Amino acid sequence: MTKVQSIKGTSIQSEDRAHEADHPSSPVAKFGMDQPLKLDCGIDLASFQIAYQTYGELNAERSNAILVCHALTGDQHVNNVHPVTGKSGWWETMVGPGRPLDTSRYFIICSNVLGGCMGSTGPASLNPATGKVWGLDFPIITIPDMVRAQAMLIDRLGIETLFAVVGGSMGGMQAVQWAAAYPERVFSTLAIACSTRHSAQNIAFHELGRQAVMADPDWRSGGYVDQGTHPHRGLAVARMAAHITYLSDAALHRKFGRRMQDRELPTFSFDADFQVESYLRYQGSSFVERFDANSYLYLTRAMDYFDIAADHDGVLAEAFRDVKTRFCVVSFTSDWLFPTSEARALVHALNASSARVSFAEIETDRGHDAFLLDVPEFFDISRAFLQSAGKARGLGDVGVA
Amino acid sequence: MALQEQTLPLPGVAPQASTGHRPDHLLVAEMVQPGSRVLDVGCGDGDLLQLLESRGIDGRGIELSREGVNHCVAKGLAVVQGDADTDLVNYPDDAFDYVILSQTLQATRQPKAVLENLLRIGHRAIVSFPNFGFWKMRLQLLVGGHMPRTENLPATWYDSPNIHFCTIKDFVQLCDEIHVKMERAVALDLYGRPVPLNLPWWVWNMFGEQGVFLLSRGGKGR
Repeated sequence: MTKVQSIKGTSIQSEDRAHEADHPSSPVAKFGMDQPLKLDCGIDLASFQIAYQTYGELNAERSNAILVCHALTGDQHVNNVHPVTGKSGWWETMVGPGRPLDTSRYFIICSNVLGGCMGSTGPASLNPATGKVWGLDFPIITIPDMVRAQAMLIDRLGIETLFAVVGGSMGGMQAVQWAAAYPERVFSTLAIACSTRHSAQNIAFHELGRQAVMADPDWRSGGYVDQGTHPHRGLAVARMAAHITYLSDAALHRKFGRRMQDRELPTFSFDADFQVESYLRYQGSSFVERFDANSYLYLTRAMDYFDIAADHDGVLAEAFRDVKTRFCVVSFTSDWLFPTSEARALVHALNASSARVSFAEIETDRGHDAFLLDVPEFFDISRAFLQSAGKARGLGDVGVA
Repeated sequence: MALQEQTLPLPGVAPQASTGHRPDHLLVAEMVQPGSRVLDVGCGDGDLLQLLESRGIDGRGIELSREGVNHCVAKGLAVVQGDADTDLVNYPDDAFDYVILSQTLQATRQPKAVLENLLRIGHRAIVSFPNFGFWKMRLQLLVGGHMPRTENLPATWYDSPNIHFCTIKDFVQLCDEIHVKMERAVALDLYGRPVPLNLPWWVWNMFGEQGVFLLSRGGKGR
């Protein structure tokens, strides 16, 4: 029989992660029964909590706060050691002293999204009504719901107007939604590698990922926590498929080509002969150590439902009518998940509503993931945009009072 | 390839030592009312936009070259990557007080459509372009028998981005044809000095190295 090597199970038992879901290492803003979150699906979510990290100092005028919105599988650990994986922050190239999001000038806030699994309320959290994990009893959430929850956090932190909201991919969707929903509370928006509506192709990829999770017998109709299992194979496959969409043909070719993994010749089996297979399997299995499968279902669904124009009679420009927010939209040439055409549609709408907008397309072969990587031209633009916005906002050169 | 980098610097549009700004930029900036909203189509590295913003004008830009856009954004200007030929249609009517097309008309595929769009988007348009009727150009074609190449327009015919050259006379005729009103017209000589106003058109067309026009909708040209 031909030798088969399927994806390895997780080495870390998910207890660390499960603990983070309710008792994160991050500060938490708790909202009680008296402060429900009004969800788009019609349900009032109460009680709930939002876990967040901050970097730098809020100035005396409370005018230098930047909200960073993380992507689908990101979290609030932008620039510190991750409590579960032990790895460094996911955007330490962008955030820190002297970085474009300079922590010596700005007060950086990043919260785990609603529906996430790193301390903000989501399907992996305990349902206060039952004392059990929410699982599929958790209501369906949307990108606007995530933003509403973030706005409640920003209120709690005593910040009236954010100097900037910055995000890439799903984070970019939130950044744009912030400007559409709370234009008076957002001085500037840096929206990277994103769109104002999820495309059919992107919904299709998400559906593939969700079906992979659901096809895993260990998913147990979403009840895997209570039954002591975890659909790590299904979730790993979902991650592998998604990961391909974050790269590009050129990037894969450059990184792996057709090179073999620790061998000279093919084994004539379904073993991971190719480096690219080995890499994808690693991406899949390391992801399941830090992410909850149901959370993945909910967050991908939220992205699928995202369509700002639909909330404004199909006219995107209406979403930004009379916005004073300064926008910078960035796309990457090789990003086929959120291609430049999507960014351009946003830019056209912003132009049509007379918003102040800059738009740059960065040349790179690194695909959608480029926003997380070391791309100097992207950093230069982000830095310059924030600096010029800072000047308009009256932030001093030093920033912190 | 940055359009502006290929066509510039023209001696007539080289920065003046005294101000650091190009004479044609200073002339354009002087045509714009303070406090107005301006779109600069083909804004290059953003020098004109910076000059306008320093005078309290709310400026936006479109630029074809990625390098140009990134320079502009790095200067804090609101500039988007786009093509005058294809992207102007996406702008709503009356969105700007002025739309500027500086040294870019000759590089567009459809100058007439672009011109019409400028005056749809903006209440006024300011257009500057190198004058192909300039005596040096004429002389090269007449005597040399080859496509003119000057220090101002150094590209050879086969690698030039400038595909629709015109003379000042041609431009005035086009304005008439599409019922564009010419509010102000200035020809700059090789040194960036205005050709005296009291001289007839043919002198402008001969000695103007470039033309700068302030246009508005309706009516006939002069």
